[in-house]
Amino acid sequence: MTSTRKALLALLTILALVAAACGSSADTATEGTDEAETEESSEGTDGGESDVRAAFVMVAPVGDAGWNFQHDLGRQGAEAATGAETAFVENIPEGGAEFDEAVQNFIDDGFNVIFATSFGYQDATLRFAEENPDVTFEHISGFLMNDTNMGNTFGRMYQPRYIAGMAAGAATESNTIGYVAAFPIPEVIRGINAFALGVQAVNPDAVVEVNWTSTWFGIPEETAAAQALIDSGADVLSMHQDSTATGQAISEAGGTFIGYHSDMSAQVDAYLTAPVWNWTPRYSEIIEAVEAGTYTPEAWWGGMVDGVVDIEVPESSPVASEMQDVKDSILQGEFDVFDQGQVIAQDGTVIIDDGIIQTELTNPFDPDAVVASEGDEIHDGVLLNMNFFVDNVVGEIG
Amino acid sequence: MTQETIVGLLVSVLEFGTLLYLAALGETIAEKAGVLNLGVEGMMAVGAMASFWIGAETGNPWLALLFAVVVTAAFSLIHGLASVVIGADQVVSGLALTILGLGLAAFFGQSLALTTVLSTARFSALDLGPLSDIPWIGETLFSIDALSWLALSLGAVTWFVLTRTRMGLSLRAVGESAATADAAGTKVAATRLTAVAIGGGFAGAAGTYLSLVLSPGWSEGATGGLGWIAVALVIFGAWKPGRVLFGSLLFGGLIALGPRLQTFRCQDGEDIACLNFDADPTLVSMLPYILTVIVLIILSVRSRNRPSIAPAAIGLAYRREER
Repeated sequence: MTSTRKALLALLTILALVAAACGSSADTATEGTDEAETEESSEGTDGGESDVRAAFVMVAPVGDAGWNFQHDLGRQGAEAATGAETAFVENIPEGGAEFDEAVQNFIDDGFNVIFATSFGYQDATLRFAEENPDVTFEHISGFLMNDTNMGNTFGRMYQPRYIAGMAAGAATESNTIGYVAAFPIPEVIRGINAFALGVQAVNPDAVVEVNWTSTWFGIPEETAAAQALIDSGADVLSMHQDSTATGQAISEAGGTFIGYHSDMSAQVDAYLTAPVWNWTPRYSEIIEAVEAGTYTPEAWWGGMVDGVVDIEVPESSPVASEMQDVKDSILQGEFDVFDQGQVIAQDGTVIIDDGIIQTELTNPFDPDAVVASEGDEIHDGVLLNMNFFVDNVVGEIG
Repeated sequence: MTQETIVGLLVSVLEFGTLLYLAALGETIAEKAGVLNLGVEGMMAVGAMASFWIGAETGNPWLALLFAVVVTAAFSLIHGLASVVIGADQVVSGLALTILGLGLAAFFGQSLALTTVLSTARFSALDLGPLSDIPWIGETLFSIDALSWLALSLGAVTWFVLTRTRMGLSLRAVGESAATADAAGTKVAATRLTAVAIGGGFAGAAGTYLSLVLSPGWSEGATGGLGWIAVALVIFGAWKPGRVLFGSLLFGGLIALGPRLQTFRCQDGEDIACLNFDADPTLVSMLPYILTVIVLIILSVRSRNRPSIAPAAIGLAYRREER
């Protein structure tokens, strides 16, 4: 091989690596920081001056209308509300050296609050928290924390899911509602059950048929699952996924789509409404607490009343006023999704009756660990370990 | 299973099959000329992003298709340049093309993730009049979109050109023994580059099928491994356009069948066939690859006493001065 050829080949290789990086983190890290620095120079426009510099680590690109998009909106909102400088990196895989690299860079740059926004970051986040006592860490969607500088945050998405289920139950004509679900873990199962209970409240004849994809984001898999549900008779689809593929499939079939994560009306023709995340209030609260020196770690599970989750009631729905009533009741703390009469499992077992547990419930990952016994009052542990489907759900767990 | 569920399954099979067929057919052409191109996944991503972009801008699916085909063909020439002109390892260069393509598509498609495309920009079913009313066939085969018909025609054209024309003979000769073809007066590099570019164009069309038919939209990672299935398909189809079509429908069928195994249930009275079995969907999604390995084994056992069915010069760089 001649030296010219070698040089050309080397050039091509570099080009490939640069392009690969385009889709990942390297450039956005500096981009985010630059942006933040610009804002620092024009400090104190609306939220006032702040000593807090907050960095966000995201698992996928922020421009996808899904989970990460909402976290980035929360970052921007918190920056506007508190005047704190923020920066972010996207496309950082879980459980890899990239996460360590990104967090260490932020710490070296003097960032003193780190938001780790994906479940798989939690072990590494705890490790960083132990090593960096002067930095505050908040992990999203996990359960690990410590007593000094790491807490965790999540939202009671099941509340707006219930209201979304009401919209779906009223919209279906075939009485089959499809649900494209990612993985059979308590978070997803809880969402399906809440949705199905909402369906049941307005339409006792309708069923929610679940189809698992075993991916959080997979357009071919989600499309195939959505098509399977449509062929099985579903005219309304909802999902627990990160793409809008389910919405595209049901739009094609002329049905109704209940989204997730964010307002997907711009991307999906059949969009009706969606339970959405709104991280701005919680992020602002944490930044302000760090600023004031009052931050104490907690396992924070906020609901609609805290603004972290929400749903827009669609005017066009025939049950709009019922949905609004439930929304108001939840906001006033008078309505608990799983504390409404009997919650019956697929096999007919009564699990909960007026908020009292009727049968022993165990941890799905550790069947020997009892979560709640007969006669107990319902508590968050029951929701966090949920491992059964309610009786109007069609499909199996796993 | 009712008639509707079976028809629905067949429609899905045709959709996934068409997408795979376009990509696999292009790869067949490149490999027939002796160039293994592992960049299909990346090329498909570039094509999907490019066509969605133009589709969203202009609302014209044909313009979007043309743009995607041209851009992806040009993009595939990076692999052509590296592996044919420079003589770099085809495996390495092809893998680099996949990484490059996924990265470029993600980068240039950033602003597209939040846009939707007008329904006019999607390829929709051709109106075949009374043909569409035929039971079973009318609702499935005669309800496919224009791009699927194009894919089928391209398959026939590819078969004809490869096996019945001098051009095809030259292309196959280059893929079997570049030195012999060179001695016979065929321009080896030009033929291979053309084959790579055509393969790229086909992958661009497959990307168009993904972003304007199967799931209208674009986001990073949209191809989700379909390009790799297409590469496996070429081996499964023994480098023959007809067998590749069969393989595409089979593999497309497996993709469509996976989630349906969760929904098939026996219902009294409605069923024309009753399947009630528990199949793990993850197992079903592995089947294309398992089948490919089995076919590879069969092919290599069968070819022990006769010439291999694979193009003999595949993966080999050709340099005249090294003859």
